[in-house]
Amino acid sequence: MIPELGQFALSLALMAALVQSVLPIVGAARGNTTWMASAQTTAVTQALLTAFAFGALMHSFIVSDFTVVNVVENSNSLKPMLYKVAGTWGSHEGSLLLWVLILAVFGAAVAVLGGNIPLALKARTLSVQAWISVGFLSFLILTSNPFDRIFPPPLDGQDLNPLLQDFGLAIHPPLLYIGYVGFSIVFSFAVAALIEGRVDPAWARWVRPWTLAAWMALTGGIALGSWWAYYELGWGGWWFWDPVENVSFMPWLAGTALLHSAIVTEKRDTFKAWTILLAILTFSLSLLGTFIVRSGLLTSVHAFAVDPERGVYILGLLAVSILGSLALFAWRAPAMEGGGLFAPISREAGLLINNLLIATACATVLFGTLYPLFLEAITDEKISVGPPFFNASFIPITLPLIIVMGIGPHLSWKRADLAGVLARLKWLGVIVLLAILVTAWIANGGPLLAVISMGIAVWLVGATVQDWARRAKLFQPGAWARIKRQPRASHGMTLAHLGLGVVMMGAIGASAWKTDNVSFAEEGTQVPIAGFEVTFEGINEVQGPNYIAQVATLNVTKGGEFVTYLYPERRVYPVAQTTTTESAIRQTLAGDLYVSIAEPASTSASGLWTLRLIYEPLVNFLWIGSVMLVLGGGLSLSDRRLRVGAPRRAAPTNATPAE
Amino acid sequence: MNRLIFALPLVVAALIGAFALWGLSGGRDPNAIPSALISKPVPDFELPPIEGVASPGLKTADLQGQGLTLVNVFASWCGPCRAEHPVLTRLAREEDVRLVAINYKDKPEAAAAWLEELGNPYERIGSDYSGRAGIEWGVTGVPETFIIDANGLVVHRFPGPVVGDGLRRFQEALDQARSAQ
Repeated sequence: MIPELGQFALSLALMAALVQSVLPIVGAARGNTTWMASAQTTAVTQALLTAFAFGALMHSFIVSDFTVVNVVENSNSLKPMLYKVAGTWGSHEGSLLLWVLILAVFGAAVAVLGGNIPLALKARTLSVQAWISVGFLSFLILTSNPFDRIFPPPLDGQDLNPLLQDFGLAIHPPLLYIGYVGFSIVFSFAVAALIEGRVDPAWARWVRPWTLAAWMALTGGIALGSWWAYYELGWGGWWFWDPVENVSFMPWLAGTALLHSAIVTEKRDTFKAWTILLAILTFSLSLLGTFIVRSGLLTSVHAFAVDPERGVYILGLLAVSILGSLALFAWRAPAMEGGGLFAPISREAGLLINNLLIATACATVLFGTLYPLFLEAITDEKISVGPPFFNASFIPITLPLIIVMGIGPHLSWKRADLAGVLARLKWLGVIVLLAILVTAWIANGGPLLAVISMGIAVWLVGATVQDWARRAKLFQPGAWARIKRQPRASHGMTLAHLGLGVVMMGAIGASAWKTDNVSFAEEGTQVPIAGFEVTFEGINEVQGPNYIAQVATLNVTKGGEFVTYLYPERRVYPVAQTTTTESAIRQTLAGDLYVSIAEPASTSASGLWTLRLIYEPLVNFLWIGSVMLVLGGGLSLSDRRLRVGAPRRAAPTNATPAE
Repeated sequence: MNRLIFALPLVVAALIGAFALWGLSGGRDPNAIPSALISKPVPDFELPPIEGVASPGLKTADLQGQGLTLVNVFASWCGPCRAEHPVLTRLAREEDVRLVAINYKDKPEAAAAWLEELGNPYERIGSDYSGRAGIEWGVTGVPETFIIDANGLVVHRFPGPVVGDGLRRFQEALDQARSAQ
């Protein structure tokens, strides 16, 4: 009964979305306030109905209702409760339902919280949001019904892929989706502004909190996915430039550019068309991600069950939304320019360079991701594009970006004094040189690019700290009061920029100075790695809730001194007929010692286990920096100026140093 | 000129869309990586029979001058192998081809029980417990099926189970190999 109610609620949600996609926007064109205001009700109704449907599916998973196909295919009665719940979004259908839910919730949030947005803009925005809802709800109902029944019901389910039974992965998709889909509302704002034909600083201010919220969720989602790959897959890697990773990274890059360009639109009333374009592109890239993951267009380690018919339907949706919005852009945007002028050396110019570099980086990733498809279409040759391409093309674009990023916040709006700024930063230059020398000394050489990159990361951190200290006049009396008086958005910027510097150090350390060692081990075998000695002491069998584990005991010493014991596992899941690797890690800020075991190499080598040891310097900086990025976004979001619905305070007397 | 710049994103997006549309059409499999073995003689290998199974083992010489032969790589731990098993059984019976197998990284008792349960359509089965022969053959996953011609040359490599749409594509490859004889 409950699955049918869920299905019914979905159909009703589609009805609400259909009404919302027409009534408010027509009302806005005719100046009919009642019609415009109807968007409030329909948006909330649509969100409640979709939430009910989602709850119904989750209920089926929780009670293990094996009359529902989706539950049979993705759950199992023996599975821990957390993963039963997570199974709700583990499949194509369930995750799409989550997608639609988030879409509706963002619409409802704008309807309820966006009290300061003019009625007409809000009505148009919610109508555009409803167009997207109609597309995806109909896709869900017509091609991917999550509530399909099966008769006769099987005794037990087929279990969720055990690799996916991990806490990080249970919450990774929802976060990633909040990010992806959160950009939909920014897209809707942009399309509404194009229809209205007006973009002004107020528009940029209304859009900013939504952009920030989506960006934070996407940052968190990507970081969690990377963290999961690192801890669960047992390869010791955290980023593979896999198509599915790339399609989550592209909206992040575009969204980051959007955050910065919207600041210029807000403060200086310029970059309008560019901001609108970024808003459209960010969501378009999110849609492209959804399409690539679900259509089987490219080969990838991640993928849902593939169905070409679904692919064609999503491609149709994409064509309508992306081409439609870009056509509208081509038609309306040329009339939009104007606004504040600025000198070639200024905060605006700095942000322009930042935007151009990020856009180039994003285009590079897009090209690399789709290149196999292009090549196959034209020459019929099959290739895959891997890390060498991305490392060779992405890094040279990012390094100048990071250098400019250090200088940017020091520049003032309209016209800045570059010579003065550089003079201010000259001591930092000395520190950077020292950092490069120290890195080269500690690492005993190493790749030149990595050593220099480390210096650039130090530059970013140093320049950001110096900018913050200068604004707060840290070494003069009353610094604390000045720090408190400054807008939270500017502290948010400092924290996020620092976070990126920290992420960068982690990325460099863990890729350039990673060492690994694979060996066959029996009781007593000792393997050296990165100054440690690791001794294999044997294997025990342990019975888990829905798996059997073989647990190795490894004794780690350094120079003969005991350091720790490590217990990597190999788990066999009998129901799903798969095995997973549970690596064991000794984590320190300086680096992770990472060990995993694999099955005995062959019968002749029985008793010999394959032991894999990896030492990854600074890898934890990645996670720490990611947390700083998200917190920085949160700090900025909590700024009074942006708080949704907060009354505007009198303009601060001193010019706001922006983010 | 200015207007053209504003239309540029539209043009680029439409181009990407056209490629994507092409990519979705017509039975294209992005995971199909061509095998380096195509049109080459089968690799040198020699595998013992599975303990407790009547079929003899498999070695290179068994695939030379013996007519069209299918080499199926299977394992009892592999779910899709179970799905394609009846199809292969039917092919061996109705299509006038020899069917032999490599039992990949599998425990002999598990493999024997599996064949006991589902039936044994294979003329010969080599037990590749160490996965060594799998490396020689360039096996990327289980199941995989190779088509070997009468001269012992590899004419086709088919990754994945021979069922549904896969069966149609496999049948095409098989017919092509037969007509080339």
